[in-house]
Amino acid sequence: MLTFLAAIGTVFLGFLAATGRIVMFAGLALATTFTPPFYLRAVLREMVNIGYFSLPVVGLTAIFTGMVLALQSHTGFSRFAAEGAVATVVVLSVTRELGPVIAALMVAGRVGAAMAAEIGTMRVTDQIDALTTLSTDPLRYLVLPRLLAGVITMPMLVVVADIIGVFGGYLVGVYKLDFNPQAYLDGTRQHLETMDVVSGLVKAAVFGFIIALMGSYHGYYSRGGAQGVGQSTTYAVVSASVLILVVDYLITAAFFGR
Amino acid sequence: MTNADPVLKISVRGLRKSFGRKRVLDGLEIDCDSGKSLVIIGGSGTGKSVLVKCILGLLHPEAGSIRIDGIETVGLRRAARERLTQKFGMLFQGGALFDSLRVWENVAFGLIQGRGMERAAAKDIALAKLAAVGLGAEAGELRPAELSGGMQKRVALARAIAAEPEIIFFDEPTTGLDPIMADVINDLIVKCVREVGTTAVSITHDMISARKIADRIAMLHEGRIVWHGPTEEIDRSADPFVDQFINGRAEGPIQMQIRAA
Repeated sequence: MLTFLAAIGTVFLGFLAATGRIVMFAGLALATTFTPPFYLRAVLREMVNIGYFSLPVVGLTAIFTGMVLALQSHTGFSRFAAEGAVATVVVLSVTRELGPVIAALMVAGRVGAAMAAEIGTMRVTDQIDALTTLSTDPLRYLVLPRLLAGVITMPMLVVVADIIGVFGGYLVGVYKLDFNPQAYLDGTRQHLETMDVVSGLVKAAVFGFIIALMGSYHGYYSRGGAQGVGQSTTYAVVSASVLILVVDYLITAAFFGR
Repeated sequence: MTNADPVLKISVRGLRKSFGRKRVLDGLEIDCDSGKSLVIIGGSGTGKSVLVKCILGLLHPEAGSIRIDGIETVGLRRAARERLTQKFGMLFQGGALFDSLRVWENVAFGLIQGRGMERAAAKDIALAKLAAVGLGAEAGELRPAELSGGMQKRVALARAIAAEPEIIFFDEPTTGLDPIMADVINDLIVKCVREVGTTAVSITHDMISARKIADRIAMLHEGRIVWHGPTEEIDRSADPFVDQFINGRAEGPIQMQIRAA
């Protein structure tokens, strides 16, 4: 029994220590935000990486998510003659929940992994030490641009995902389920409130920060050559994905919980 | 050190550094005069790179003192450390060139990012440094991955000397190079020290290189300096560790881990 409790205690202490290290890492990187030099070009490059190059994968997942949602909610709601709510359910689900979460999970897999691999390779080949010896702070040069780009770009990406997701629902609603196009659009607009979209965009910004932080943190502390870099890539994606789902609940509770 | 001595460029006292239970540096003490070339020799895993990383501030020692120009550097705050780093140049064993940048951008990196120099002016200096290590302007436009190992090493050397630092650290400068290219690199290091007055600290296993570039040689074993002296005295050091190492004998007081296992 004592061994079991000790094991739980060890895991919990390890969790607290890891949380502390990640918060310190983020704090040290963010502390460089307001003092020169500023690497604006690096921020723009990361914004293109996170946003523009993720558009195809995010767009594809968003359209199919909207389509499936329309189909599923129609088959469910038809059991108690509430088919008219399909458009509203699709738009609320996509803007509040599925747009930001699906986009963030896709970006975590695509960009978070790439960040961890790139920074991790720089770590194990002494490139990060080389930055320091060339009077360049690695946190300012490598980490901060990624954190800023994540926070700025994810909401933009989620706006696109929201529009495409709702459009996917519209396609299925109108061309497969025979909704009147005007009635579907009215259903989409009628019950949508500003806070539905705003909460989704706030989530997106936080998710962007989480993805960039996990990718950078695990890459920065990579050890042991190619195997270590591979491991840090896995940790970056898994930890970002889990954190996205946990934080999603917390933000939803903060916005809409009673 | 007496009061009549000039201030030492580098002075290390009682330096200790461990990784887990393994103590790598154990009260290490060493000095280096300004404008001189110090070469540190020793077997693999004896802590040579750890010593250099402690001096550079890349690793934090558990105890001891590291003075640069007489000023204590252990425990320096971030801003002061960044100012101090401008005195340093470093040639890493594997080159540590930035894959995403072109060769000239690698060489000019410290000038542009570290010192805020204009790109055009920094490029001129980078191309001059590349020429000094025997590489043309066309090589400057390539990516590091497009160069051979020897060329990458030369680019790394050009990057280390680009900002004309006061102290340059060379980690295995000739490893992986053919004998002719190794001699070219040795000549460049000697030129830096003799003509520019740079202080050089090198780590090497290559005794030909050590004899050519060193004013003084120090032998590191089990975290301590077991012998140090002028280069010309190394052959009559009468130290069993030095004798075994410079003659490359398997038998002697230094036991390789594979033999102890």
